Amino acid sequence: MSQNKLPAGVDPKNVRAYGDTMNDGQIQVSFSLPVPMGPEAREAARRLAGKMGLKEPQIYHEADMGHGFSYFIVYGKCIHGVDYAGIIVPRLEMEIMGFHDVEHYMEEHFNRRIRVVGACTGNDAHTVGIDAIMDMKGYNGEYGLERYTTFETLNMGSQIANDVLLAKILEFKADAVLVSQVVTQKDVHLSNLAELIDMVEAEGIRQDILMICGGPRISHEVALELGFDAGFGPGTKPNHVAGFIAQELVRRRASATVE
Amino acid sequence: MYGSKLGLDTGLVARARESASAIAGSVMDFAAARTTTSVERATLRMLGVEGADPDGVHYSNRVVDSTSGKALMPHGLAIPFADAMIRTSTSPSAAAKAIADGDIEMVMPSGEALDAALRMATTLAARSGSQIRKQREFRSGRLEKIGEGVRPLLYVIVATGNIYEDVDQARVAARAGAQVIAVIRSTAQSLLDYIPEGPTTEGFGGTFATQANFRIMREALDEVSEQEGRYIRLCNYASGLCMPEMSCLGALERLDVMLNDALYGILFRNINMQRTLTDQRFARLAAAAGGFIINTGEDNYLTTADASRAGHTVLASDLINEQIALRCGLKPDQLGLGHAMQMNPCSEDMFVNEIAMAQLIREVFPGCPLKYMPPTKYMTGNIFRGHVQDALFNMTAVMTDQGIHLLGMMTEAMHTPHIHDRWLAIESADMIRTAARHLSDEVEFKKGGMIQQRAAQVLCEADALLAEVRDEGLFSAISRGVFADVKRGMESGRGLDGVAMKASDYCNPVDDMLTGMAGL
Repeated sequence: MSQNKLPAGVDPKNVRAYGDTMNDGQIQVSFSLPVPMGPEAREAARRLAGKMGLKEPQIYHEADMGHGFSYFIVYGKCIHGVDYAGIIVPRLEMEIMGFHDVEHYMEEHFNRRIRVVGACTGNDAHTVGIDAIMDMKGYNGEYGLERYTTFETLNMGSQIANDVLLAKILEFKADAVLVSQVVTQKDVHLSNLAELIDMVEAEGIRQDILMICGGPRISHEVALELGFDAGFGPGTKPNHVAGFIAQELVRRRASATVE
Repeated sequence: MYGSKLGLDTGLVARARESASAIAGSVMDFAAARTTTSVERATLRMLGVEGADPDGVHYSNRVVDSTSGKALMPHGLAIPFADAMIRTSTSPSAAAKAIADGDIEMVMPSGEALDAALRMATTLAARSGSQIRKQREFRSGRLEKIGEGVRPLLYVIVATGNIYEDVDQARVAARAGAQVIAVIRSTAQSLLDYIPEGPTTEGFGGTFATQANFRIMREALDEVSEQEGRYIRLCNYASGLCMPEMSCLGALERLDVMLNDALYGILFRNINMQRTLTDQRFARLAAAAGGFIINTGEDNYLTTADASRAGHTVLASDLINEQIALRCGLKPDQLGLGHAMQMNPCSEDMFVNEIAMAQLIREVFPGCPLKYMPPTKYMTGNIFRGHVQDALFNMTAVMTDQGIHLLGMMTEAMHTPHIHDRWLAIESADMIRTAARHLSDEVEFKKGGMIQQRAAQVLCEADALLAEVRDEGLFSAISRGVFADVKRGMESGRGLDGVAMKASDYCNPVDDMLTGMAGL
């Protein structure tokens, strides 16, 4: 549990939203209702805000979008609080290492290149993320995995079916797999990712590979729930992933042997 | 109207244009010597083939994929198909079904049968041509009567997956002030080698482009145009393995704008360059005949390459696209050449540099309704900062007189636009367009200052790049990764198996009809 100091006056067992005064509960919400603008629509907006726990909701702004749609910006005091003290979040325990640190670490601990396969699976055609992690150029000044001499990488690109990925994992003898999912409409990414884990398990190789997923709506927690070893979300840099792969493989070797 | 705020070296612009022209000439020669499955499918659709088989496969696909279709493709399928129609004494769709069912096989007719088939095909092509002409005239009529509103045209996207929900969102967007409604396609669609048939209510990250969906949205927007008192343009995306078919459907159903860019398909969707450059020729002929605007996808180059260093690739590609388009009969006022604001908003003088780039493209293409794309690369979940990034973009669009102003959505990085995301985006763009209405007329740029220098530098780099590409050929340049830092090989990518060299007796009355309509 993170123990950075809480500001003065916070009740850790009942943390309320904050506007400019402790425990004022001030929240802004904005939403559209599929009803024509008018007094009834305004009242509906207030009641909806009320149901969300907003006391004394005030409509700061409204827009008659026409064709039966109304838009509202609402402020109110959220009565709900959260027991912050009781929260435990699974997080990725690892040291963040830079490119050179990872290279040295890998050279020290492994006598061969670690093999990583990456892909955007399913119908997903958005490779910006996986490319940012894997390609030479990387992202925001951090080199991609392709640039590391201690990794051997294969970026399969976009729209890779799970069975095609699995075949490549076997052929390439991957030590780690990076799956990128950007399109999340109707939660297609969740079923797609879960299916891949099932397939890898059915193949009997789940324990031999690091399964990692990433994307704008992926978190470490979501990844673990799906059966992955780690999940990376927005802002992830290549060295985060590289460092994780390196440290995790070493950790596993403490119990098993990586040849 | 735009003047020259940049003091560009016009000789250099002309030279760059000349290189682009030479490149375009080679590409057109290459394309003209080939046909593809998509070109032939489009041809059959234009001859009147409608409808899909029980599995949902369009009959034009069934005919092209048939044994005789494959065998005869190098000669063009219009004549054998028309001949089959005559032999079966049926409609185009019925003949197509008969071929699909194996009841009849296409053959290459000769003598009188050939003459009759040619007459039939020419007549059918003319019928489609006439429908296209009517659509053009309807559009011109509406534009003359009620106009389009003020430029830059505000362009918004709808992408629910359900065409009927899209119509609702489009109505609200038009009321808010949108002038172009673009329906984003379902995420896999550019790679489908067929066009789904009928209205659709499900898609991923977008709505399938189908002829029925085009018609549904066009009808809704015509109604909205009357209500709003300005003609609302409809946009969809032709790029991909079905570019010729999409363009033809666009012309028949009166779409007003279509994304039509082979380079985009090659670089970003890994479509084979031989296939899509050949497809593009036919598709752009259809666009010229249809009188609609084509948009190109150079904005995407700046999502993979560094915008502060890759500006010259955008300009070079715009010039190549312009020259290819002109050779297909498109007029300058139909060229929505693309560029974008994609620099890091936190970097010093980013706004100054973006103004320089936008003004440069403006001055090199004075007659074109340039398509200006909003930030995407540096948009985050911080939607409030995103709204501000889009405001900077809106300001740049207005002060550099862009033609088609794609609206940034504050939630760009997170989800396809909610109804109010779009509403707020239009409100912001409209406010800035009004507030800064004549700013462009008022502003001069400092002689030899940052903006003029940057524009000059990018122009110089573009000219050098075009000279290089001219020497080595476009195909080779693409293999080298010149555009967008993406490398593609001549034989790689999807769709190569759908390309065939034209036989010496290749005949396509639809191609001829479109060429005639395009004024070539």
